[in-house]
Amino acid sequence: MSDDLMTPKETSRFNWRTWLNTLGPVLALIAVYGIFVTIAPPSFATTRNMEMIARQTTIVGVAALGMTIVIISGGIDLSVGSIVALSTVVIAWLLQNAGMNPLIAAVGGVAAAAFFGFISGTLITRLRVVPFIVTLGMMLVVRGAAKGIGREQKIDVDPERLKWLEELLATVPKERSWMLLPPGVWVLIILAIATAALLRYTRLGRHTFAIGSNEETARLCGVAVERVKVLVFTMCGAFAGLAGLMQFSRLTVGDPTVAVGLELNVIAAVVIGGGSLSGGEGSILGTLVGALLMTTIASGCTQMGLPNWVQEIITGAIIVVAVAVDRLRHRRSL
Amino acid sequence: MAERVEPDQSAIRLQMQGVCKRFGATIALEDVSIKVASGQVLALVGENGAGKSTLMKVCSGAIKPDTGQMQLDGKPYQPGNPLEARRAGVAMIYQELSLTPHLSVEENIMLGMEPATLGVVHWKKVRQRAIEAIKEFDNPELTPDARVSNLSVGSQQLVEIARALAIGCRVLVLDEPTSSLTRQDVERLFEIIGRLKQQGKAIVYISHFIEEVKRIADKVTVLRDGRVVGGSVVDAISIDEIVALMVGRQVEELYPRSEREAGEVILEIEDLAGPQKPVSASLKLRRGEVLGIAGLVGAGRTELLRSLFGLEPVKRGRIRLGVYTGPASPVRRWMQGAGLLSEDRKEEGLALSLSVADNITLSKLKGFGPLGLVLPGKQDKATRRWLERLDIRCLGPRQSVSSLSGGNQQKVAIARLLQHDVDVLLLDEPTRGIDVAAKALVYKLINELASGSPADGHQPKAVLIVSSYLPELMGVCDRVAVMCRGRLGPTYPIDEVDEHKLMLEATGQEINA
Repeated sequence: MSDDLMTPKETSRFNWRTWLNTLGPVLALIAVYGIFVTIAPPSFATTRNMEMIARQTTIVGVAALGMTIVIISGGIDLSVGSIVALSTVVIAWLLQNAGMNPLIAAVGGVAAAAFFGFISGTLITRLRVVPFIVTLGMMLVVRGAAKGIGREQKIDVDPERLKWLEELLATVPKERSWMLLPPGVWVLIILAIATAALLRYTRLGRHTFAIGSNEETARLCGVAVERVKVLVFTMCGAFAGLAGLMQFSRLTVGDPTVAVGLELNVIAAVVIGGGSLSGGEGSILGTLVGALLMTTIASGCTQMGLPNWVQEIITGAIIVVAVAVDRLRHRRSL
Repeated sequence: MAERVEPDQSAIRLQMQGVCKRFGATIALEDVSIKVASGQVLALVGENGAGKSTLMKVCSGAIKPDTGQMQLDGKPYQPGNPLEARRAGVAMIYQELSLTPHLSVEENIMLGMEPATLGVVHWKKVRQRAIEAIKEFDNPELTPDARVSNLSVGSQQLVEIARALAIGCRVLVLDEPTSSLTRQDVERLFEIIGRLKQQGKAIVYISHFIEEVKRIADKVTVLRDGRVVGGSVVDAISIDEIVALMVGRQVEELYPRSEREAGEVILEIEDLAGPQKPVSASLKLRRGEVLGIAGLVGAGRTELLRSLFGLEPVKRGRIRLGVYTGPASPVRRWMQGAGLLSEDRKEEGLALSLSVADNITLSKLKGFGPLGLVLPGKQDKATRRWLERLDIRCLGPRQSVSSLSGGNQQKVAIARLLQHDVDVLLLDEPTRGIDVAAKALVYKLINELASGSPADGHQPKAVLIVSSYLPELMGVCDRVAVMCRGRLGPTYPIDEVDEHKLMLEATGQEINA
């Protein structure tokens, strides 16, 4: 038999179209950045501002990693914003009221967040209710829980208890300039690489894609669909908890009313990055670029002195245009 | 009899005995017994609703039987779900393929059994085993890292078969495997089935195409109304006998043909081109005539109808429909008196979750009440007429279309064109996946439409029909043209061509190119 026909050619690994698909959002990011460099005041193009953009992207970026996994699996998680708030409140409560050390407080916050993700996943698989509805409910439940823990108020934390927690997203001080970026940004980068590897190289990752692409087939082939879904939502919760940690680091208070509507920014980042709400598609690189794109626009507009409402209109337009371009590309590749 | 005889009892691979299954009041299967041996192809034929699919769902673990036993290689076999059945070695390949379109070929083949350490997949092993599973197919399109959504239907089907082989299946059930394949892919599939036989796999082959059954199967079992009504070594039974068993009566003429009189040209296209296909198509369709378009799947026939109907853009060319010229949107086409029957009734042709009445009246929700209101009672009344005329079996106009059998769904889709009372019917694969009785009815209907009945004031209609099933085109059409690679050839009167010639023209250019 013609074996050479069957042996995959090395060239087929490098598919320029796949590359164009991944690079599309990157090109858009570079274009948007370039536009602001030319029209915004010089302060925009400084390294200082770039670091600022990186820092501002971190919260949405970390949460978007989890959301990417959920969206690839064909689901959606609307409770992310509430979970971020809950996480800040739990961390503050553990530091201030329980007197825990920062590490335990941070782990506690993330664990609480993961727990609520686990609950969402379990409800979705056990009750067979679609993720949109379950997480819509969880959005309110978790927000309520956060307010309950904080007794409807912010939990202030004594500065001396914060230690390294307040440095996560602080500007890198001179003596540690070798770090280049604040620790929180590094956390995002490392997590992004880990998540991308998880999606690409592990059974869990590939099963997530398979479920998003065709759930019935995955089940037929012996994929533990329910278990994967629960794991996916638990991970999303945990990532939202980490985003909450970043949020706490920036505010240094536990605020149950923070991050309202954040989930929509997070979903937007995933979708701009090529994620499909019908599942089976999405990439970590794309998601990060999507998150960066939105922060860059916000930063550029601020630097130019444009009011908030202009930023919102631009961001909204970008989301629709990005997805429309994505669809167009898909149609062409058929 | 011939060499393809009943093998000895010890080689029986799969045996089902006395299987019964009821759904509420309906008896889906009654005391059905079948057996298939290693290296044997058993064809299961019967009309839609005869119980073939239910039987195979029992066999593949999707449905639990009420009573009855199954044995696999002499051992009791009771799969609790499709996954258990696969693991035991029984794999079913459904008509609607079960693949994850976003993933690659190798991932699809190994899905659910990826070799891994601590959850990290060994991609080299995945590739090795995938290559092993596909190399026999000898299909250049099928590379391990090709994305499944980019493959042709035929190749996708091979991916499913490869997946079944990779898990080590011993019994392979193919449900209507050829209904959406091109001629070449069908040949390729038959070749592969031959090889699987040699490897000792037992194959159950469900099909509506009796000619195919005669060719590929060793044994045939006919089901009707949930019972086995006959079975034989395939060489010992004729096609007519099989059909007679299936329908339980002698079929009268399958393709009736009344006196038709071709009237004025009602549809005329000249050098029509779409974005990719068709490349160039010209034809004239007259009132009172049935014009067939033959060709391979992918030749651009569907695209031609879709461009005509405004579902796909027209790049070039002239279209005239009655007094209207130029391209038009589907909304306009309906108003101009044309109707399209989609080849894909599940995704496009019907709104599955809506009722029979809603589906039939969807294209023209007018005249069902005063002030533009749509009164359900009037809708139902209009619908009942078609239920009767087309013999649509359902509980009533309000039943959801999704719960009907394929044949009845197709009749609902056709009833929409009749309810709308269009003059030009564009029919895309009107008998795909429906049983013989339903097919016979469709043919009869096409004949009635084209002939008209001046007595009742019914003018003859014009019918343009796309089909991959040549005997049907030969049976119903007055004239036929062949499409190949986006180009529509000349039209021939039906008595000047035969199937052989059409097939040559459909594939001919491919050989030269």
